Amino acid sequence: MESVLGRYRNLVILVGVLFLQVLGLAIQVKRSGGSDVQDTRLIRIWGVGAITPFERILVWAQNSTGNVWHNYFYLRGVRAENRQLKEQIEQMRIEQVRLSEDAAQARRLQTLLAFKEQFISRTVAAQVIGSSGSDLSRIIYIDKGENVGIKRDMAVMTSDGIVGKVLLVFPSVSQVLLVSDQSSGVGAILEKTRLQGVLRGTANGEVVLERVMSDEQVPVGETVLTSGGDQIFPKGLPVGTVSKVGYGKDLFLNIKIKPAANLSKLEEVLVLVEKQERQAIAEDSTRVRAADILAQRLPSVPDKPATDANPAAGTVEGSAKPAVAKTAAKPTGAAATTTPSTKNPSGTSTVPGSSGVGPAGKPAGTSALKKIVSAPANPAAGSKPDATQTAPANEQPKPADSTAPTAPPPNPQPPATESSPQ
Amino acid sequence: MPITYTSNEQVEVYRFSIPVTIGVPLLALFVQAFLPLRFPRFAVYFDLPLLVTIFFAMARRSPVAGLFTGAVIGLAQDMLGHNPIGIYGIANTVVGYGASSLGVKLDVENAGARLLVTLGFSLIQSAVHFTVARGMVNMNVTWSWPHVILGGLANAILGVALFFLLDKFKQRT
Repeated sequence: MESVLGRYRNLVILVGVLFLQVLGLAIQVKRSGGSDVQDTRLIRIWGVGAITPFERILVWAQNSTGNVWHNYFYLRGVRAENRQLKEQIEQMRIEQVRLSEDAAQARRLQTLLAFKEQFISRTVAAQVIGSSGSDLSRIIYIDKGENVGIKRDMAVMTSDGIVGKVLLVFPSVSQVLLVSDQSSGVGAILEKTRLQGVLRGTANGEVVLERVMSDEQVPVGETVLTSGGDQIFPKGLPVGTVSKVGYGKDLFLNIKIKPAANLSKLEEVLVLVEKQERQAIAEDSTRVRAADILAQRLPSVPDKPATDANPAAGTVEGSAKPAVAKTAAKPTGAAATTTPSTKNPSGTSTVPGSSGVGPAGKPAGTSALKKIVSAPANPAAGSKPDATQTAPANEQPKPADSTAPTAPPPNPQPPATESSPQ
Repeated sequence: MPITYTSNEQVEVYRFSIPVTIGVPLLALFVQAFLPLRFPRFAVYFDLPLLVTIFFAMARRSPVAGLFTGAVIGLAQDMLGHNPIGIYGIANTVVGYGASSLGVKLDVENAGARLLVTLGFSLIQSAVHFTVARGMVNMNVTWSWPHVILGGLANAILGVALFFLLDKFKQRT
């Protein structure tokens, strides 16, 4: 090596000097390519390009090995877990019905207020492949970049809560600034007290909520959500919980936040690549009913021959909701003879199947439940169907396997009868 | 065994092969960027690029080579963050120059000397980094003695082990 250096000494010095000049230029020159990478220094692009492929390979190897082991060999307890998850799905479907009712009501109110809301319409899942390696620069690298539509300032989150925003975008890698970095800022709002502030990171990696006046009461444990004011994160995403409240400087509180997402152990994240802003529209009349879901789990009874629907027959004197009773369809069987009653006041039973009985105490068949039981506002009501909680005449039974809509259908026509507003 | 050289003793200067010269700092940078994903506190206390800078600078015993080693490794470390490039570069340049200058006078094979030198240069690096970050870049950083000393001790202990490992790559001139 020494002889080579000696023989080509001038060339080596030339290369060294050129290298230094190129290095100096790379420090100064900024990439003037796409709009998203125009502020990136060339030297930073090279640095990232040199380091991230190794990280990507290692993460890939690690995941592949782990996947093979977990998916093909280590399957102990999977059957039991599967059974448990199925039960959980059933419970969540019931819960979903209740929540969709709440959401429908909220949308109706939003419609009245001409409220515009943002929806997350598309996300890209990405693997965390590296970090800055310094506690003064709280950033991570993800294995997706410009190639899949990621752009600067896009929100990054996990299912638990927000993580940060995209700071730099490379063709196949992106740099994400965590919310715990001291140069980050996120508009946040406290869930119950509705106090707004700015979420910032500190030098030691903590997350604090700033700009909340010291005369406000902020309880420890309160949930913090995004306020949408930063134009990066849609409103309502979980940020974390208040862990400590103290008096800060300049008449503001010093509120420490425990992030909902575990920022120190991130593996996969979602990049919000597309969000829509649209007018809130009211829920239409076709809803998935708790009764349908309950009925799906019960032994079916053959449909009875169609009988003439006599709206008058369903009218029950003394009903709490005459309008509902007027539109009742086919009050046959036990339901037709049931005395008027009020809604189930307990509102606590949410376990599917445990109370899947008809009004007369016997198991209710699918069709019978569909004809008799209306869409209750909560699962408890669904579990105890009542003759007075009848569906509107225009409400058609939905297939048992249909799920509640996640976005409001375009039909803003409210049902003629609101069976049970919250 | 004395840890300082007298004027009669010959100072041993080492060289490294090109793959080691390039590969070891790159590996240190890679590990420094990757390990915090699994061990979040790693980046708080440990600084592998700094240790590699100290090792190469002390082994080469040339101030010019030491400062260039520190500059290159520091700049590469800066590239992975989002702060202005040059903060670690300046800090590691100072460390590289100091370590190589000290290497001329110290027996760098001695574990005790290595521990003390690494601890000292870790503190110096923290001080220079803080000064540059606070004074030049206007970053909101705070000086914490417990953090700096703990980090220095952690680096020193890791450094002693790492240096013995890297000794195997040394080549006599």
